[in-house]
Amino acid sequence: MKIQTREALQQLRAAAQATIDNYSCRILVCAGTGCIATGSQKIYDKMVDIARDYPNVTVEFKPHDADAHPIGIKRTGCQGICELGPLVRIQKGDKVIQLVRVKEEDCQEVFERCVLGDEVLDHHTYCQNGKFYPKPEEIPFMAKQTRIALENCGKLDAESLEEYIAAGGFSALEKALFEMQPSDVVDTVDAAELRGRGGGGYPAGRKWKQVMRQKETTRYVVCNGDEGDPGAFMDGSVMEGDPFRLIEGMMLAAYAVSSKDGYIYVRAEYPNSVARLSHAIARLEEVGLLGDNILGTDFSFRLHINRGAGAFVCGEGSALTASIEGNRGMPRVKPPRTVEKGLWEKPTVLNNVETFANVPMIILRGADWYRSIGTTGSPGTKTFSLTGSIENTGLIEVPMGTTLREIIFDIGGGLKDGATFKAVQIGGPSGGCLTEEHLDVPLDFDSVKKYGAIVGSGGLVVMDEHTCMVEVARFFMSFTQRESCGKCVPCREGTKRMLEILEKIVAGEGELEDLDRLEELAEMVKSMALCGLGKSAPLPVLSTLRTFRDEYVEHIVDHKCRAKVCTAMRHYRINPEFCKGCGKCAKNCPVGAITGQRKECYHIDTNLCIKCDACRDNCAFDAIYVDA
Amino acid sequence: MLDQSYYRKADEIIAHYGRKASSLIPIMQDIQGEYRYLPGELLTYVAAEIGISEAKAYSVATFYENFSFEAKGKYIIKVCDGTACHVKKSGPILEALHKTLGLSKKKHTTDDMLFTVETVSCLGACGLAPTVMVNEDVYPRMTPESVVELVEKLRGEGN
Repeated sequence: MKIQTREALQQLRAAAQATIDNYSCRILVCAGTGCIATGSQKIYDKMVDIARDYPNVTVEFKPHDADAHPIGIKRTGCQGICELGPLVRIQKGDKVIQLVRVKEEDCQEVFERCVLGDEVLDHHTYCQNGKFYPKPEEIPFMAKQTRIALENCGKLDAESLEEYIAAGGFSALEKALFEMQPSDVVDTVDAAELRGRGGGGYPAGRKWKQVMRQKETTRYVVCNGDEGDPGAFMDGSVMEGDPFRLIEGMMLAAYAVSSKDGYIYVRAEYPNSVARLSHAIARLEEVGLLGDNILGTDFSFRLHINRGAGAFVCGEGSALTASIEGNRGMPRVKPPRTVEKGLWEKPTVLNNVETFANVPMIILRGADWYRSIGTTGSPGTKTFSLTGSIENTGLIEVPMGTTLREIIFDIGGGLKDGATFKAVQIGGPSGGCLTEEHLDVPLDFDSVKKYGAIVGSGGLVVMDEHTCMVEVARFFMSFTQRESCGKCVPCREGTKRMLEILEKIVAGEGELEDLDRLEELAEMVKSMALCGLGKSAPLPVLSTLRTFRDEYVEHIVDHKCRAKVCTAMRHYRINPEFCKGCGKCAKNCPVGAITGQRKECYHIDTNLCIKCDACRDNCAFDAIYVDA
Repeated sequence: MLDQSYYRKADEIIAHYGRKASSLIPIMQDIQGEYRYLPGELLTYVAAEIGISEAKAYSVATFYENFSFEAKGKYIIKVCDGTACHVKKSGPILEALHKTLGLSKKKHTTDDMLFTVETVSCLGACGLAPTVMVNEDVYPRMTPESVVELVEKLRGEGN
């Protein structure tokens, strides 16, 4: 069926809503990457099996059978608390309950007691400090969030165009096409002060205006879904959880700047995102919402997907467009900027996934509404992926200006197993570390910059006392060094030299002068690298050097790693209280560093020890421990 | 010399994406998806077919980490070493895999062509760190022990 007019779209919306209203119950199984990994596909299959076999239960919907109130079983986008997956929501009308840790063998019970019955199952209910939270919106992790980009994530069947339309999908496109001029769309986004969510925070409206002003009339809209920052999965969640919203956002941009072709560049490591987006595009082409003369207007737009091929640098705008063109993904000197000469040398709107996902709501509700959320300079919300040593890992969206304390302790539930907070790494390999003293800094584009970090794309990795900050700096440097495209010398050589120094320090062979060299190199790369990724590559080093200089010094002077992470500084010792003198450690030691008499405490010669962990691994009495 | 079937497959893939320079990456991805590596002769053939130089094709193929000129194993195990997995100790998982499969940082594929072990920067399942991906399936909360069990299970299925 083609949707060729505004009326047809509105009729479809009403019909789709009626379909949803008619369900007696919807079983919403989370099909985000996290929950699929913990087995949610099996839960879905099992639920379908159980429901199918039940007498008097109609699975899925037969549209014209008015008396039937079937049960719908749906696969949704990320429901948020990945840590407690597989997640399932049971929805009856407005009432929704959130079930956690549902296993295949639990499905029968869930079906009988929650779907057919109205019970709440304590053992599948989120519990914090002895209190149960059956409703998803009341779970502390969810209650403190404001969801705009992720509004539909976890609530809708991620593959169903009808469900998206019923939830108000394409209303913004409708409004733009029939009630607004392209320039109105740009003005609204500009007035909303929507800033690019990919890391830079450049105002999207300004970008669009610049494209609009170009003389060249062939223009492109490109979505950067090459979410390469390790520790970040927000964009992936939007692409796989609400693909239609991203597409609608891109269509609005295309209408605004009169573009006929768009590209979505997705990371190769996100097969789910590629599959759901491809499916969504095929569906939209089928009903005529992508293609020529959309909704009977003059607006025509086609969308293409490009899969990345494992190069982090392709997250940089000019490298990304080079990759779409079929070239090596290397950044080029700017100007000309992407808005002037982007994809195939044509003016290009290049925004990140989350930025586009925000656009439909801005068009629908207006710039004033959007600016009422967040802070003055950074309106709206930001998604973060909250990971590391934290009780509730997962995907969150909060108003700009929320503090780290609120995110880590109120939403995240504090540190894992009561560990001590040490730092949070924000902005991935282009970002920095914030510590205890920054817990009350409002997170927005401008405030965080003052402390040498960036909001970046939104990866938040929480670190406790078991994390060595020098090793973390080495880790990020090894990442950026490996991913450096090699085009400019400062980044290619600078990251390599910095990595060598960091490896030296971690190996216990550092000198104090290394710290000065490191700083000098970092400043050089920061000011001279060709692209944004190169310029920001030294930030993790500069940030840890500033905040955790004492740890660097400790590694160099005292040969001590207080987190007991750096192998070279680990000292294996035997606790005489526990050692039974069995000799197993000596037998397992590959270098003969352990000696002793049977039935007496053994001894490790630290000069011979290669720290392979074989002794500790094999000790039946936990007598071997690591000393910093 | 490659079997004629390889060229027929390549023709099919080229027809799908179109004979143009910008089709190079998707074509190489599909060829690799089919054969688990990029046969050099086929890349030369593709370059000629889509009208680019052989040098250009190689320069692109060698730039991207995902392309491999060496045949990979039936099971490609990618150990995630993203930030979240790294701080949750992904290192020992990689070590355990290397140890149990007799691989190293230099040798990625087992002689029986069953397993290839690589690292990946982030799989986007950070909430369940540390993770491992086998072909397209993500396995959550791995430990050095559970990854060895996983290998044994796959070996049972693969032989």
